[in-house]
Amino acid sequence: MAVDMRLPTVKNSMSLSVSAAGRKDLVVPGDVITSDTGFMRGHGTYVDEDKLTASVAGEVQRVDKLICVRPLKTRFNGEVGDVVVGRITEVQQKRWKVETNSRLDSVLLLSSVNLPGGELRRRSAEDELTMREYLHEGDLISAEVQSVFSDGALSLHTRSLKYGKLGQGVLVQLSPSLIKRQKTHFHNLPCGASIVLGNNGFVWLYPTPRQQEEEAGGFYTSLEPVSLSDREVISRLRNCLLALAAHKVLLYDTSVLYCYESSLQHQVKDILKPEVMEEIVMLTQQKLLEQES
Amino acid sequence: MAGLELLTDQGYRLDGRKATELRKVQARMGVFAQADGSAYLEQGNTKALAVVYGPHEMRGSRSRALHDRAVINCQYSMATFSTAERKRRPHGDRKSTEMSLHLKQTFEAAVMTQLFPRSQIDIYVKILQSDGGNYSVCVNAATLAVIDAGIPMRDYVCACTVGFVDETPLADLCYAEESGGVSSLALALLPRGGQIALVQMDARLHQDHLETLIEAAMTACKGVSKVLDEVVRQHLQEASVLSRE
Repeated sequence: MAVDMRLPTVKNSMSLSVSAAGRKDLVVPGDVITSDTGFMRGHGTYVDEDKLTASVAGEVQRVDKLICVRPLKTRFNGEVGDVVVGRITEVQQKRWKVETNSRLDSVLLLSSVNLPGGELRRRSAEDELTMREYLHEGDLISAEVQSVFSDGALSLHTRSLKYGKLGQGVLVQLSPSLIKRQKTHFHNLPCGASIVLGNNGFVWLYPTPRQQEEEAGGFYTSLEPVSLSDREVISRLRNCLLALAAHKVLLYDTSVLYCYESSLQHQVKDILKPEVMEEIVMLTQQKLLEQES
Repeated sequence: MAGLELLTDQGYRLDGRKATELRKVQARMGVFAQADGSAYLEQGNTKALAVVYGPHEMRGSRSRALHDRAVINCQYSMATFSTAERKRRPHGDRKSTEMSLHLKQTFEAAVMTQLFPRSQIDIYVKILQSDGGNYSVCVNAATLAVIDAGIPMRDYVCACTVGFVDETPLADLCYAEESGGVSSLALALLPRGGQIALVQMDARLHQDHLETLIEAAMTACKGVSKVLDEVVRQHLQEASVLSRE
């Protein structure tokens, strides 16, 4: 088998504009943002001897009197209504613990899932005992943020047929800041696969289901073999996502689809080569600009 | 002292530096994609790699969790090939446990742990090549990694070792100087406020000299902080340009 090997090289970022050099709104920890006391202290700042000081490296954002510093890279800060993809880490009494790339594990209460058998009913002691049959450690789920606790932990719910256990597919873990907030984060792409763009940066790629299984309540997972063509489409999409992420392009259905289309002339395994990656991302950005205007 | 002359009459040291001169510092942030934050730092011939995970849920024993702030977990290790003599260092030996503890104390002084109750921040540092000043290089590398992870800090933490030879403080000792019987002192500083995060000295020194030695260490730390500041700003600009387009 031919193996492609190369020496490490310095990544030359494309079209690094000089205009951005020396920007004033970039701060590092310990930088004094303002010594004026009329401002409010937001995230990423602290007050040291009456001076508002940055505590993270990033961009200063000012909304009226509130000053925040947004770091370039952080863990997921959940908000109510966010769609997340997560992994079950623990089964406890009446709740599951879910790893969602946030600062504390999220909680999925037994009372906020749709149990198989449909219909609303009381959660009995029996349900508590059989929790592990629905979801056990290592399972992937999609869910929505129901509320945020005072310590920053998230409470999730899967009270809709859209959400629930994820079956066969591919998980891609990216930075949460790359996901564009949209009305819907579930897309059936015309190329033959479906995508869940979790706000927490976890992206789930799976073959488009043929018909909706309604009665299972989101706990049914299909174990049918996935055809080779579907798997190829999914791996191509995965590589496209990684390419877009490497060049910090916002991810949403259109950008992913355009990237997929631009990558069609290359083999799936070649997409991750730096020069091919750059070419594909350039094409995608061109298409996005054309579509905007 | 036998043999080695650490400071010549002309004021030059073994490697040709002046007494207050630092070694060349080169650093890169964001070297790993998988970790929350990472950095690589070279200070002369000492090279270190730092990786930060977190803040995340307590892993392992949950009883260690603190209800009002985050726990900082540090792990220091040295590669087998890092010293002149090839040596396997099993995980958790005396020396590295002590170093881990020092790193932990240093970063507890700088990281705003009270913002992340009941969570944990992991800092892993590995020395790839050891040529003196391991502690300070680890602190400098870990600072960059923590900043890369977007974890709030009061200020940079910069560290430097200084030695005392012929009534002169020498900044940023290399291995030959450290092993040459110099009484050395390691100091970690929050440069803007001038607060000291950690001082360590296990050699004998006359009380009268301590002040000059600490003074020299603080100046050296401020020198290091200037270099780190440049690295962070450079990284910030590159990254923000990419994300803006």
